[in-house]
Amino acid sequence: MTYIAKPRLHHPSLAKNRVGFTRRDYEGKISTLCAGCGHDSISAAIIQACWELDIEPHRVAKLSGIGCSSKTPDYFLGNSHGFNTVHGRMPSVLTGAYLANRELIYLGVSGDGDSASIGLGQFAHVMRRGVNMTYLVENNGVYGLTKGQFSATADKGSRSKKGQSNNDAPIDLVTLALVMGATYVARGFSGDKTQLVPLIRSALAHQGAAVIDILSPCITFNNHSGSTKSYDYVREHNEAVNRIDFITPREEITADYAAGEVIDVRQHDGSTVRLRKLHEDYDPTDRIRAMSYIQEHAARGEVVTGLLYVDPEACDLHQQLGTVEQPLNTLGAAQLCPGAKALEKINASLR
Amino acid sequence: MQKIEATNDFVVKFANINGSGSASANELFARAILRMGVPVSPRNIFPSNIQGLPTWFEVRVTEHGYLGRRGGVDLMVAMNPQSWEQDVREIDPGGYLFYDSSKPVPRARLRSDIHVLGMPLTEICNDTYSDSRERQLFKNIIYVGALTTLLDIDPQEIERLFGEQYKGKEKLFDSNLQALNLGREYARQHLKPIALKVERRDRVGDMIFTDGNSAAALGCIYGGATVCAWYPITPSSSVPEAFERYATKLRTDPGSGEKRYSIVQAEDELASIGMVIGAGWNGARAFTATSGPGISLMAEFIGLAYFAEIPAVLINVQRGGPSTGMPTRTQQADILACAYASHGDTRHVLLFPEDPYECFEMSAQALDLAERLQTPVFVMTDLDIGMNQRLCRPFAWDDSREYDRGKVMTREALDAGTDFGRYLDVDGDGIPYRTYPGTHPTKGGYFTRGTTKNAYAVYSEAGADYIYNMQRLRQKFETAKSLVPLPVLTAARYPARFAAIFYGSTGPAMQEALDALAEQGIYINALRVRAFPFQNEISDFIAAHSKVFVFEQNFDGQLTTLLINEAHASPASLIPVLHYDGTPITARFITQEIAERVARLNVRPLRENMVA
Repeated sequence: MTYIAKPRLHHPSLAKNRVGFTRRDYEGKISTLCAGCGHDSISAAIIQACWELDIEPHRVAKLSGIGCSSKTPDYFLGNSHGFNTVHGRMPSVLTGAYLANRELIYLGVSGDGDSASIGLGQFAHVMRRGVNMTYLVENNGVYGLTKGQFSATADKGSRSKKGQSNNDAPIDLVTLALVMGATYVARGFSGDKTQLVPLIRSALAHQGAAVIDILSPCITFNNHSGSTKSYDYVREHNEAVNRIDFITPREEITADYAAGEVIDVRQHDGSTVRLRKLHEDYDPTDRIRAMSYIQEHAARGEVVTGLLYVDPEACDLHQQLGTVEQPLNTLGAAQLCPGAKALEKINASLR
Repeated sequence: MQKIEATNDFVVKFANINGSGSASANELFARAILRMGVPVSPRNIFPSNIQGLPTWFEVRVTEHGYLGRRGGVDLMVAMNPQSWEQDVREIDPGGYLFYDSSKPVPRARLRSDIHVLGMPLTEICNDTYSDSRERQLFKNIIYVGALTTLLDIDPQEIERLFGEQYKGKEKLFDSNLQALNLGREYARQHLKPIALKVERRDRVGDMIFTDGNSAAALGCIYGGATVCAWYPITPSSSVPEAFERYATKLRTDPGSGEKRYSIVQAEDELASIGMVIGAGWNGARAFTATSGPGISLMAEFIGLAYFAEIPAVLINVQRGGPSTGMPTRTQQADILACAYASHGDTRHVLLFPEDPYECFEMSAQALDLAERLQTPVFVMTDLDIGMNQRLCRPFAWDDSREYDRGKVMTREALDAGTDFGRYLDVDGDGIPYRTYPGTHPTKGGYFTRGTTKNAYAVYSEAGADYIYNMQRLRQKFETAKSLVPLPVLTAARYPARFAAIFYGSTGPAMQEALDALAEQGIYINALRVRAFPFQNEISDFIAAHSKVFVFEQNFDGQLTTLLINEAHASPASLIPVLHYDGTPITARFITQEIAERVARLNVRPLRENMVA
């Protein structure tokens, strides 16, 4: 909703988190997307997740590509640095930013056109490299900003608003992420905030490449009957494999689940992802099983959501490269320049 | 028959088959002469192939220190039957042909105006060695041995080089020395002496012998680059490879073994420039190395970096174009593609190094310029400089030099209430302040975009905001003129009406040509352009001469176009002289072109004190 300005003043009774910010401090500019857009719900979920995690807003760097989804980083975390890069190439820019400063939290926001079509290569490679990031795909199966063309995630046989049928096979980003070595893979639904907020929270805490494919219906171009990315279709075919709680080390862990229904996954940073199993045979730490499970259910027309895979022992790019702890962008000449004496030695070796 | 006679001033060309191990033997030959205090300038002319195609190694022996290509061949070492005709044809009359005479060559395939030296290399190898690999490798050493005898090269120098190369590998040392002596002995007993000689001198001094790509990489180390993202492409791949080699030694924490640098081999050039831009945005010094096709792929990102004002350094080791072009041949054909890279109205800073020394200097300087100007900076080297070893001044670094990190707004300044507009010109030089991500909890954050923004980085499609931004960028480009390296003038001994403009790898051949022309009584002023944007010195120089020859190693006269566009040079006063067959430009080509054109211009001194 673009025409109603948000009040600048915050209500004094708004709750503050441990770092002294209210939820409103994590907001950004007013969204210019269509009223009812699933992407705005995702922005709200990001705001909620960051507030709950007690992240100082400026410690997050938010990067995006091009498209409706990629406009959204302007609508949350207004005090964070953001970067609207080029179409399909957010992953490389984010990788470079992450190389420069390993201490910030990196949030990549993209869409299905941006990640599955033009940016498929960069999507795959950023997963391979284990860049420590949270990669959100706001997936509506359609190009919104250019008015309604199919994207590469549109299901075969689904119909566009104009009535055309999609003949191409769809790209399933969670399956691709699993194949490419992502260490945290989830699927959510913009219409299910209860599931989505903890998925984003645990992804932000994950020390490796985390991707969440979020089905986010486009109410203008892809919310009709015949679409497989509409609110109604996703609600009817959503098969949640688990309900997750995300627990940071300081939070009290309450066990209100029956034994045998719960899996606790402790991550490197001490946080715990607690999963209430909805499907008895689903183990989110088994990558191979996750892939076949997703395929089996897709064949039945079911959209599997929840935390699909997590590797608690994930290793990120800086660990693999063996870089110094101190962010590279803070190193000065004293640490970087070998000096004249060393150069004289090099000269001597070249004579 | 005439006989070319020369001491310390001749060209030897080796014609080999690539993948046959000839490269290291030929380099050994060049280094031995260098160790005798006589400058040499070797050039590899090689195919885009791993094994089996013709490859050449041309060694210019040059007491005068002319490090460009001279043109012509005095002694051809023809070891490749595939390229025989061409190789024999290339020898100057009175020159020498050295070849493998194991198989007789009919007289018709030889020339009567050259001196022929046959040595049954294959036969000797087959008699001496049983292993086929040894036969192949030692054949190369044997001909080097024969050449040392023919040219009076001190075998002690080769022995010393073997000693350095095979330190602790006695067996290899002995077998190589044996092969060398085999060749020496044969030449002494069977070959007629020739009139090309190497005499010991002391002309090398403290110069170093290295390639431009390694030098550029070392410049990036000294210049403080911490992020290198790249994609393999000939002839630039050895830049990041050398960066890694140097960084392992010079940038690894001795205690922890942790690295103060990062290198990512990206999936393509789009990703490599994306990473460089991401790192630059986040306050790290970053670079990539590529060649023409890579620049084309990076074009969209280069425009983003230009408008979002993000520092980035691109080392473009140019090769023959267009399209995939000739990957292993040299050209200066990306000048316009880089000066105006990307869509929209863009202009970029270019630096033109002439040798490894300047590759080092300019790569380090490019990292400063990129951060000072918050823009992409191109180091426009080429295959001739990048992949050939060249004598040059020793690298120098002043320990008091500090990195110029440009205009960065700090947390303290933000707390003090300083007005921060990411794209606001506060100093009148067109350069705005930037903040690094994560600087301050509530101030200084902004959203980076291409062009749709106002001076405070707020989304705007308003025409006035766009115009403000474009004019500020133009102002910034003006500022760049005062920061980039000035051109270098080589003034003629007498006042001259004609002049030459040249850049990059044409430099060494031009120096030799200027001397040769002066000997013929043709005096011209020469200006070596070292950067774009062009300073007033360049416009003034063109205006001061009636005709200016612009020497370029491309087909379109790209610098000429740029001079007309950007230095407002009169097209009538510029005469492009173009060398674009993929081989490095030669001193003889330059000399001949200028001499002929000056004659054609019918030069009669206009004023008495002017010469041509």
